[in-house]
Formats: sequence, C-alpha cells, structure tokens
Amino acid sequence: MNRFTMQRRIATALLLALSVGGVLILLDGHNPFEAYKVLFLESFLNYWGFSNTLVKASPMLLAGLAVIIPMRAGVFNIGGEGQIYIGGLFGAVFALAIPDLPGLLGVPLIFIAAAAGGAFWAAIPAYLKAYRGTNEVIVTLLMNFIAIHIVSYAVAGPLLAEGAPYPYSEEVSDAYRLPILMPQSDTHAGFVFGLGMTIILYFWLRFTPSGFQLDLVGRNVRAAAYAGVDQKKTIIRAMLIGGSLAGMAGAIEVIGLKYRLFHLFSDGYGYDGIVVAFLAALNPIVAPLTALFLAGLSAGAGTMQRAIGVDSSVIEVVEGLVVVFVAAALVTPRTTSKSILKLLAKNLRLRRQTQRQKKEA
Amino acid sequence: MIDLVLLGDVLAVTARLGTPIAFAALGGVIAERGGLYNIGLEGQILAGALGAAAGSFATGSAVIGLGCGINCGLISGLLLGYMSIRLRINQLVGGIALNLLLAGLTAFLSRQIFGAQAGGARVNGFSQIDFPFLSDLPVVGPSLFSQDPLFYLLIGLAIAAWFWLMKSHKGLDQRAVGENPKAADLAGVPVFRMQYLAIAVSGALAALAGVHLVLSQVYVFAEGMSAGKGFIALAAIILGRWSPIGAICAALFFGFCDAVQFKLQFTSPEIPYQLFLILPYFASLIALVVLGAKASAPASVGLPYDREHR
Repeated sequence: MNRFTMQRRIATALLLALSVGGVLILLDGHNPFEAYKVLFLESFLNYWGFSNTLVKASPMLLAGLAVIIPMRAGVFNIGGEGQIYIGGLFGAVFALAIPDLPGLLGVPLIFIAAAAGGAFWAAIPAYLKAYRGTNEVIVTLLMNFIAIHIVSYAVAGPLLAEGAPYPYSEEVSDAYRLPILMPQSDTHAGFVFGLGMTIILYFWLRFTPSGFQLDLVGRNVRAAAYAGVDQKKTIIRAMLIGGSLAGMAGAIEVIGLKYRLFHLFSDGYGYDGIVVAFLAALNPIVAPLTALFLAGLSAGAGTMQRAIGVDSSVIEVVEGLVVVFVAAALVTPRTTSKSILKLLAKNLRLRRQTQRQKKEA
Repeated sequence: MIDLVLLGDVLAVTARLGTPIAFAALGGVIAERGGLYNIGLEGQILAGALGAAAGSFATGSAVIGLGCGINCGLISGLLLGYMSIRLRINQLVGGIALNLLLAGLTAFLSRQIFGAQAGGARVNGFSQIDFPFLSDLPVVGPSLFSQDPLFYLLIGLAIAAWFWLMKSHKGLDQRAVGENPKAADLAGVPVFRMQYLAIAVSGALAALAGVHLVLSQVYVFAEGMSAGKGFIALAAIILGRWSPIGAICAALFFGFCDAVQFKLQFTSPEIPYQLFLILPYFASLIALVVLGAKASAPASVGLPYDREHR
C-alpha cells in the first residue's frame, strides 16, 4: 500500500466515524453539522479552546510517539499510562528533593529524571519480551495498574503535602515551571517540546542506521537477522525510547500543568497515545496532527455539550469508531467490493478484445 | 489468633467482589482457547451492565434484565469477532477500540434511557439465596451459602466450561483451533465458525460480570462502572494458566485482595492498602515470568487465521 492510498483510506475512515457520530447526535435530537461546527470552531479557533486543546495534545503527542517507536520494531507498548505515572513520580521526586537549582538547569534534569523513570518502567517488559519471549502487551498492561497504585501510595504517604485534603504532593518551585506560551492560559511549552521530539525521531528513523534497524526488525525478523541486526537489542532500544517519551509526558503534566504530583494525574493519556499512533499510521511526523485532532475532539466535547446540549459521550463513541475504522482501513482486504468490480471489468475487457480479434480474423 | 468472624466477613466480601472478575476471566479463557485475544472484556462488562439495567428498568424483572445483558454481550462479542476474524484487525487494537466505543456508547445510551439525573434509576435485582442451616456455618457459611443466584450460576458455568473444553469432542476442536488453526482446518474443524462461537460466548460471559454488578451489587447503572475489572480479568487468565477452574480461583484471589484492602482502609490505616491493590497484578506478573507463558498459553492466540496464507 503506498502512502497516498493509506492517507486516503485514513481520511475516509475518519469521515465514516464522524458520520456515525453524526447519526447519534441526530438521534439525540440535534443538528450534527451545527454540533461539529461548534466543536471544531471552539477547540481550534477560539483562544481559550485552542489553549485547552494544546494542553491536552502535549501528553497525547508524547504518549503517541511512545507507542509508535516500539511498534515500528514490532513491539506493542500498551504501557504508556504506567510509564507516564512513573515518569511523573521520578520527575516530581527530583523536583521536590532538589528545589534550589536555576530553572535552566533544573528543568532539563527533571525531564531526564522523568525519562529515566519511564525507561525503567519500560525496561522490564522489554527485557522479558526480548530474552524470555513474554508477551509485552500483558506485561505492560499489568504494570500500568502497579504504577498507578505506586503513585497513589506515594502521594498519600511519603509525598503527601501538609494539610492536603486530597492525595497530592507539595508544589514544585516556581523556577521549575514550564513557560506559558499563550498569556493568561494554561498553555505551557509541552507541545513545542513534543514537536521537537517528533522531528528528532522522524530524522532518526529515516536517516540513521539504528533507526532503519528498528523498521527492519519490525517488518521482517529473519531478514534483520540475516543482515546482522541484533533483534533483542533493537527491541530493548525501541522500548527504552518509548518509555522515556511517555515518562517525559508525565513530567510535562507535573511541571507544566498541575505543579504538583496528584493521585490519578493522567487521564488515560497513555491509552490515547495508542489512538494517536494508529491514526498517524505509525509515522511520527503525522503524530502532532493526530494528537491535535484527538485533543480537539475531547476538548471540544464539553463545549459542545454546554453550547448545544449534545451529550459529550458521543465524542467517546466517535473516538472508538475512529480506531475501529482506521485499523480496518489499514488492513488490506483481500476481496472488497471494489476489487471484485475491478476483476469483472478486466474480464469484460479481455472478452471484448478476444471477440474483436476473432472478427478481424 | 485470627478473628474468625472477621475472616468470614472478608470471605463473604471476597465472593461478592470476585464474582464479576471471575465471569470476565472465564470469558477470556474461552476466547483465548479459541485463538482470539479478548481485550474488549472491559467494554463488554459495560454492555452487559447497561443491558441488564435497561431490561430490568423497562420490565421490572431481573430475569429479563439478565437476558438483555447476555444478549448485549453476545452482540459485542460478535462485533469483536467480526473485527478479529473477518477484517483481521490486530486483535489488541480491535479490543481497545471496542472498549473506547462501548464506554462511550453505554454512557450515551444510559443518558437516553434513564435520563440525566445523577445516580440513575434504581432497578430490580436478584436477592441473595440463603441455604437453610448451611448459611449459618462459621467462616464459610456466608461466603458459600448465602450468595445471589449469579454466584451459583458462575459455579455451574465454570464446571460446564471445564467439561466443554477438557472433556468434550467439540471442546477439543476449539482448543485445536487455538493451538494450530491450520491443522484444525485440515482435520475438518470449521475454524471460523468455532472462533465466532468462542468470541460470542466470551462476550456473553463478560457481560454476566456487568449483570452481576448491576443486578446483584448496586442495582443501578453507572458510567464506567466496570472500573478496570476487565483488565484485572486478563491478569486472572494468566494466573489461572488458561484453565476455566484456574481462572476462577485466580479471580477469587483478586477478590480476596480487594476485600482485604477495603477492610484495611478502615481498620488499620497505618498499613498502606495500595499493597493489596498491587498484589494481584504483581502475582500475575510473577506467574507470567516464573512459570513462563509459552508453556500453557494457546500457541496461536492473537494470530489472525488466513486460509490462503501458508
């Protein structure tokens, strides 16, 4: 499948998902066109709405990249959510333990700590997958829950802020807060950071031998082995990169948005990352767009409900449908109605040709 | 000395909390033994819960609610089957998509059916069955002999599933499909029909978990009420080594950890209750690592079967 047909198919799948959502909106007694208009205008063209979209898109983008990179090596990282939690925990612990560094030094170190946390959490399934053949899907899924409970313990116990009514940690110092991009809003530099990572990863995958090895292992293990690529090392490398990306998403949530470590601070961003990755057809350079699209959907859903009264759960349905249709579109069907038509047309043409040849003869 | 009353109390809560996980885990075992991952358990629990609540709400009969819940599960199972078997979508992606879809759809439909009022509408459910004399036994009495009908249905279904998979001819066919669909196909087993059957039954069993939540526990549908039970069930399948009885035991162990955790939050706040929340996942992880998944997981689970592929 060439890139053009792939993108056309994804676009078709998106339209289909939005149409089915439109039918639901219609059933709810509202005009679907008006509802979608409000949703997209609010989340992309309104100052506050777009700020909200960007805030949601930042962790989604990094979580999406955290799925894309391992998936290119054939490893399915469902563990983004857990890696976000452990990354956030490591970043927050570092920020709270060493509160007096200047921001220019502290923020990068917090990111490194968070990346190390995420990578550590991803290293366990990576090792098990590479050396013991254990299914990474199940392991990463299990580790998500463990991570959530570890953070829940940390913020309710050792890190609990004094007099906190709800499990959260002390605030990180002002010097460590990510700069705000759009004045008076919550929009922090997280998305710009994500864009930077996207570009680096794109060029790494495309133009470096180690990036190429990733694709080679993902597409054909035997060919990779024949070319002398160490499959185990490649898998582990891919997972470590994925884990550190998700870990940094955790840091962004802590020092960019909430300035504290909260119980349950990630709202399923790790799972959203899977949707982002699949919508982007595993191409990192497309991931910012799909992250924005998905973030826009969920940011706009609330406004849509308030403005027109369409139930915001419709948007969840649309998100599910998007994944179903895109996944279906990316699998090459053997016998679609279209290919059957093509076959029939070809037969017809052949028959006409032979008839013509007979007449001439 | 262990307080016997406390133990009996915890065991009774164990059975109540473990039952939904056990239903879903049983469903997962049936699907995986037929060579299909069912990551959509979580969504199917919600589908069953909504079906049960709607059925019971409309008719006032818990039994009709049970039927509606099972049907919703069958349909969602077949939907996942269509994605996995016919469209050959990556089964994990398909399952995750189904979870997203059903989480949204059940929320949407529940607001349509029950209206937007908080708390939802209370529906008629099952009441517990007390076996005379037996339910008064110390320690095990309340947990084994004073449960709702669905608990006893679970026990019956577990034995039936074990008999089907391990002792019946058709069950052998199904396991063959899970291990090596090509060989099964050559031996004349209708692979696709078998897989559709497995995934539909799997969906129905997962839905029973939701039915139990609504008709035996809280008597009301709440959005996202599955609360990760479908994922815990996936862990129970592993810990139970892909056997119906094993999965039920694992699920009950998870229920036990949950029950202890609840008790601890009230009685001894100095012990971090999260330890007991982590324990089930940790145990599954260790089981996966130490015992190895390859030995007992069906060999072809997760690989779409393509007749024309060599």
